[in-house]
Amino acid sequence: MGVRTWFESWPVYRQLTGTDPLGRGAAAMSRRSAELAPRTEAADSMARSVCPYCAVGCGQRVYVKDGRVTQIEGDPDSPISRGRLCPKGAASKNLVTSRFRQTKVRYRRPYATEWEDLDLDTAMDMIADRVIAARAATWEDVDDEGRPLNRTLGFSGLGGATLDNEENYLIKKLFTALGAIQIENQARI
Amino acid sequence: MAECHPVGFQWAMAAKERGAKIFHVDPRFTRTSALASTYVPIRAGTDIAFLGGVINYILSNELDFREYVLAYTNAATIVSEDFRDTEDLDGLFSGYDPDTGVYDPVTWQYQGHEPQAAARDTVIERETASPLQHESHGPGVSWRVDRDETLRHPRCVYQILKRHFARYTPEVVEQACGIPREKFDEVCRAWTENSGRDRTTALVYSVGWTQHSVGAQYIRTGAIIQLLLGNIGRPGGGVLALRGHASIQGSTDIPTLFNLLPGYLPMPVAQLHPTYSDWVTSICHPKQKGFWHHAPAYCASLLKAYWGEAATPDNDFCYGYMPRLTGDHGIYKQVFDMIDGKIKGYFLMGQNPAVGSMNGRAQRLGMANLDWLVVRDLFEIESATWWKNSVEVETGEIVPTECRTEVFFIPAASHVEKEGTFTQTQRLLQWREKALDPPGDARSDLWFFYHLGRIVRQKLAGSTLPRDRAILDLAWDYPTHGPHDEPSADAVLREINGYDVKTGLTLRTFGQLRDDGSTVGGCWIYCGVYADGVNQAARRRPGGEQNYVAPEWGWAWPDNRRILYNRASADPQGRPWSERKAYVWWDGKKGCWDGYDQPDFEKTKPPSYRPGPDAEGVEAIAGDDPFIMLGDGKGWLYASSGLLDGPMPTHYEPPESLVRNPLYGQQANPVRKVYDRPENITHPSPPEPHVGVYPYVFTIARLTEHHTAGGMSRYVEHLAELQPEMFFEVSPELAAERGLTHLDWGHVVTARGVVEGRVLVTDRLTPLPVADRVVHQIWLPYHWGPNGWSRGDSANDLGGMVLDPNVLIQEGKCGTCDVRPGRRPQGRELVTYLNDYRRRAGILESHHTPIITTDTAAESYRQGRPDK
Ligand code: SF4
Repeated sequence: MGVRTWFESWPVYRQLTGTDPLGRGAAAMSRRSAELAPRTEAADSMARSVCPYCAVGCGQRVYVKDGRVTQIEGDPDSPISRGRLCPKGAASKNLVTSRFRQTKVRYRRPYATEWEDLDLDTAMDMIADRVIAARAATWEDVDDEGRPLNRTLGFSGLGGATLDNEENYLIKKLFTALGAIQIENQARI
Repeated sequence: MAECHPVGFQWAMAAKERGAKIFHVDPRFTRTSALASTYVPIRAGTDIAFLGGVINYILSNELDFREYVLAYTNAATIVSEDFRDTEDLDGLFSGYDPDTGVYDPVTWQYQGHEPQAAARDTVIERETASPLQHESHGPGVSWRVDRDETLRHPRCVYQILKRHFARYTPEVVEQACGIPREKFDEVCRAWTENSGRDRTTALVYSVGWTQHSVGAQYIRTGAIIQLLLGNIGRPGGGVLALRGHASIQGSTDIPTLFNLLPGYLPMPVAQLHPTYSDWVTSICHPKQKGFWHHAPAYCASLLKAYWGEAATPDNDFCYGYMPRLTGDHGIYKQVFDMIDGKIKGYFLMGQNPAVGSMNGRAQRLGMANLDWLVVRDLFEIESATWWKNSVEVETGEIVPTECRTEVFFIPAASHVEKEGTFTQTQRLLQWREKALDPPGDARSDLWFFYHLGRIVRQKLAGSTLPRDRAILDLAWDYPTHGPHDEPSADAVLREINGYDVKTGLTLRTFGQLRDDGSTVGGCWIYCGVYADGVNQAARRRPGGEQNYVAPEWGWAWPDNRRILYNRASADPQGRPWSERKAYVWWDGKKGCWDGYDQPDFEKTKPPSYRPGPDAEGVEAIAGDDPFIMLGDGKGWLYASSGLLDGPMPTHYEPPESLVRNPLYGQQANPVRKVYDRPENITHPSPPEPHVGVYPYVFTIARLTEHHTAGGMSRYVEHLAELQPEMFFEVSPELAAERGLTHLDWGHVVTARGVVEGRVLVTDRLTPLPVADRVVHQIWLPYHWGPNGWSRGDSANDLGGMVLDPNVLIQEGKCGTCDVRPGRRPQGRELVTYLNDYRRRAGILESHHTPIITTDTAAESYRQGRPDK
């Protein structure tokens, strides 16, 4: 590096002589900071999404690199949010990458004081058995006057306002076909 | 709005910059108040008194938008001469039956009308929250009505309304709500001056409004004002609900609710709908105007979507498979049934009732008495861990080694790890692309329920039991993809949209659904979201590249309309009310409706069209009937059917109140639903004695930085850091009265529970002079529980379950309480502490407030009921 280059790389010199008298832009840049690029540029892919918190429906752009979410930003194209996100929407990268996230099935045996591990397929099989048994034990064909009931009050479900329409559709369809009428969500609460 | 829907609030701010005035009415001064033009404090639970005062101001000064009101509302319609108002009956309407606690609405009808047969069975209607189905359409009313266009007939709706609200004077508003006269006048003047041909005013509420024993009537009161001022169906107007979860609108449209099927079709009730034709007839209201007339097509197409090839016209599309309701199967009833050991299994999908539901203790005790519980969530929320770290474990009411509930925690995929649509608060469907696969065992709910159904079907295959036919014949063959066999959300959305069975082509609009089994349609109001084989909800044409309505961003139901009933944005002749407020209009040259939005009207029906005398359904809608889903085509200032607690809103005190109803002898909603259970005690309320044991009012709401029961925020570092601890707010006056110190500990007590937190002494809360006393209100956020980064007591442990009769939603936003300095007692001492309060209040065992409190209750019942 020549003396001149060295001198010109000195931020104070650039601040005094350049276009950035306040030293908050170009003058303050180092070689390292000049080479930095936003994570959004280095991403392998970007998905157009929607904030999962409240019902305003702010647009999100979800950036992924090496199989991890590296950034979630407001979508400037959205006529609803025009690129903005509130504290919750802005924290949603933190939500999906939180170290508190539980990614393993947990199982609590009756009368147990701790969780155990359980294989997902086994869990699904056990749950299916329990649904079938609860249904069989509580099935009601008709009421006192012989009118059809076709139902079970043996199990119930709660939730849906944080889910997708397609998910709610399948839940209601499956519950109805099983005769399970007790299904509710946040809208009642 | 600034607190809970911050990015939506940017539009309110944009309007303010352009000169709009913003009024914020709230028990507590919030960040919204700080940015509003005027903040109006209010006593929690008195919104009908306040808005009723506005209606009185409009009517007594004749400030309504007369041309709109005459043409588009039922103001001129004549009501039965048997109708008696709350004016005459001390707070009750005619038809009240004290034995069943519901009304017979026969006297509320329009002159010469009979109520729909089913509507007579108001006991079942209340138990099944049947008015909820009116979210998409009005209840049954014939369109042939007697009218007085001069609005002078003493029994026309306009005059009835005027008399009903005459006693809601500014003095009463001041007395009931604690709103100073000048502020009230300012609201009235601004609202009326800013409405009319050239201007419109929007009414925005957050859904805390629904959490009252008169919640549906709150919204009715707002709707009456907006109709009187001509603010419905017009740009800048409306009654806008800010809903609290990403897709809570979607989960009501495609309901995970006990009493509804997709598109607000009712679940069959055993007593009312034993056959397919009973069910369909109850929905399509023969002899009415409107699109509800096509209900047979919506019903048949739904059953085709459910049972595919098995569903044929000959077997009534497998209607026989449908399970039937017999009464209240809502969540509160379920919780008590769990406590009583009647329910064996429970699925929780992204919901945390241990923290988020009213009366947390009852919720947790219920879960502790199940055989099995499946929790699907991102985090180990409190509803998955109550068996090891809840208040009841502390008090010994739940002993882990004695609790038999088997708990499965199945991790869920996040919103970026699956694709699908949310329906946001503006009825807008937006498709989310998937960014990456979920980690570990985490799966979408689409995966979970699809595979659960698949496994159950496999296990039952070959069964000859009649009860298994419905599940074995179910159309359940969705294509799957990827390493985990993820079902295709796209295929499900196509089914929701509907298609022609023969060609497989998706339908464009619900008008194409058929009642003969030739179409499949999973949710008729969503028909069109997959029009022309294109996922319309995935459209993302940038906002800057289209008009301000932005019709090509996502898709709104029905038929991509952004403002409902927008025919009302034009005058009866089809011309915009003013240039400034032009939205849709009749283009005489082209012979069709045109505008910035999709007209909410038959495209080529001219304003001059009049139906013949025998017309029904869509044909009966006149060219100047904007309310195309209502039986008479008009906006309802007076609801002759559809609401169980009266044709007009009436101020009732909350079931737990400190003061006597200043307007009528009838204290609280006489049709409210109560559960008389030891876990669900209601405090004494006037005219009962011992009101002073719980001498303050509490109200509960959210913070910007947290989300509902905290399941998506207390586990997120940034948000937990922004709001690290449970606290509650009191006024300096109350702090002085109770010896509370800013930032020290304090606790709030009710008969249901006790909650501790840091005390925030702030003038954001104002003591309100009400009647002959001062009412102090305490405000608590409800996001906390024992798990996550940021922990604390759950404010919803304080509340009880007394429900609105129309929709079975609880009075969650106001109750009475005591407040004390210091931390709450722990363990067994906590139980003793609560019992001590209850003993002093005389409610140790079980208590709900008296239903009828008029002196003349029995007498008025006799007077109001016509001879039969
Ligand atoms: S960013 Fe905030 S305002 Fe927007 S949807 Fe999310 S939570 Fe709601």
